[in-house]
Amino acid sequence: MFSSLMGWVDARFPATKMWEEHLSKYYAPKNFNFWYFFGSLALLVLVLQIVTGIFLTMHYKPDAALAFASVEYIMRDVEWGWLIRYLHSTGASAFFIVIYLHMFRGLIYGSYKQPRELVWLFGMFLYMALMAEAFMGYLLPWGQMSFWGAQVIISLFGAIPFIGDQLALWIRGDFVVADATLNRFFAFHVIAVPLVILGLVVAHIIALHEVGSNNPDGVEIKKLKDKNGIPLDGIPFHPYYSVKDIVGVTVFLFIFSLVLFYAPEMDGWFLEHANFVPANPLKTPLHIAPVWYFTPFYAILRAVPSIAGSSFPGVVAMGLSIVFLFLLPWLDRSPVKSIRYRGNYFRIALVLFVISFVGLGFLGTQPVTDLYTILARVFSIIYFAFFVLMPIYTKLDKDKPVPERVTFK
Amino acid sequence: MSHTVDNSKRRFLTTAASVVVGGAGAAAVAVPFVLSMLPSAKARAAGAPVEVDISKLEIGQLITVEWRGKPVWVLNRSSESLLTLPALNDQLADPESDVSSQQPTYAKNEHRSIRDNIIVLVGICTHLGCSPTYRPDLAPADLGPEWKGGFFCPCHGSRYDLSGRVFKNMPAPKNLVVPPYHFLGDNNVVIGEDAQGTA
Repeated sequence: MFSSLMGWVDARFPATKMWEEHLSKYYAPKNFNFWYFFGSLALLVLVLQIVTGIFLTMHYKPDAALAFASVEYIMRDVEWGWLIRYLHSTGASAFFIVIYLHMFRGLIYGSYKQPRELVWLFGMFLYMALMAEAFMGYLLPWGQMSFWGAQVIISLFGAIPFIGDQLALWIRGDFVVADATLNRFFAFHVIAVPLVILGLVVAHIIALHEVGSNNPDGVEIKKLKDKNGIPLDGIPFHPYYSVKDIVGVTVFLFIFSLVLFYAPEMDGWFLEHANFVPANPLKTPLHIAPVWYFTPFYAILRAVPSIAGSSFPGVVAMGLSIVFLFLLPWLDRSPVKSIRYRGNYFRIALVLFVISFVGLGFLGTQPVTDLYTILARVFSIIYFAFFVLMPIYTKLDKDKPVPERVTFK
Repeated sequence: MSHTVDNSKRRFLTTAASVVVGGAGAAAVAVPFVLSMLPSAKARAAGAPVEVDISKLEIGQLITVEWRGKPVWVLNRSSESLLTLPALNDQLADPESDVSSQQPTYAKNEHRSIRDNIIVLVGICTHLGCSPTYRPDLAPADLGPEWKGGFFCPCHGSRYDLSGRVFKNMPAPKNLVVPPYHFLGDNNVVIGEDAQGTA
């Protein structure tokens, strides 16, 4: 009965073919470890954000006069509104935690390298789209931090020479951040950017499944196949990894629920205190900082002094800090992928990079002091040195021999 | 003369022509969508001048009014504090207010104001658009012993003196903007309009 139904469908739509290509006959390396949970978790959080977002739009009002009150209305008066809203706001931070761990996995196992350059590029575009999505979403509650955060970030575009002022005006749709800005950010946040994200997710996965997954040993399992053409070190994604990922989902949801129910504001880290005050265009809060996932880049922005009467260099540095991530596949000259077999130069560079990234992330949350400015400059230099010097130290590095097959205990 | 046709060249030309014509059409269609995001006629019209009564403005007091959605400060500076300003000149990025975009010509003077004591400033930091805090206190712990009163931007630490002139080596590149304004009688200041009535 079922097989005849599937036969009818398959003659008209490649359902079984797609199922096999991407799940039941997609051969993934058998040595995946902890770091390989975060791709599927990112997909889970994406679905969570879309579903909770749809329900929030049923009650939210994208109007500068009504927005703040409508969020409070969702929190107090809408049945279960508090849960849906906290799922969405906690989900935003969870998304970035998962994505940062996912990207770190790519760094340590060389997943950006040939032949996975496009997987990495699609992923980086996804990361940028995610940042745009989060930034625009943060304006919607129309609190003080929403307003002044948007004011600062849009002003960044105003620092671009010649076209900056017009560009910032075009983005805001008014001379200051105002109702027009809120209304268009709503449009971008609920439809334009999510469509881009979904398209990029499809491209990211199709590109991955075309070349096959990397693994903690960084060896290509497609090199050695059995007589049926199946990689010797490969196992079908379904059921092996679909079931394994359920364990990851369970643990993730456990931690997620603890935050959701006991600390949804995370003491100002996930929802900043100043955002519980309605936007006031006449008064900047005494201390403003972006939400934690933007702070490394914000710290780089602040670390660069204005040069020749222009704050543009800081904006350029912030932009470059992300552009360099895109270039990673071509900056890394080592033939070895996994950190397990790479030399000490790369290992040391990676440790310094992680320290500077986390350090910048902390500094971006803090008020400006002389000491912190010096620290931010030092960390910024390390951050950029990681990329700029990479072609040199990865070439000089003494890598270890890479095994023929994956190691698996 | 040969009668053979260069098909690859013909194919290239037809493709190129289609791309150019189609591209021009797509660009033309994009124009209305892009322009729709500029400030609307309503937003452009909302810049009416604001009249402020300053008869009750005490010495040292700052009031904030809204003009075109932006905070505008009217500050009544004491004569003693005005005397401290020239001494700061060599610490400032633009002590003589030479950057013409930052004030009307009638405010390009020692005190960046029409009347010496009363200064009118747009309260938006020239760095990234935060609103600086008015800090009249002398030598507070966080701003250091040299502080003679002025404005401090909480976002990125830019400092301005009581005339809105930015200190050197700050994130902010320029002095605070003096908007067009004029006085109406002794007690009223009109923000957003020169004495000649132009905005």
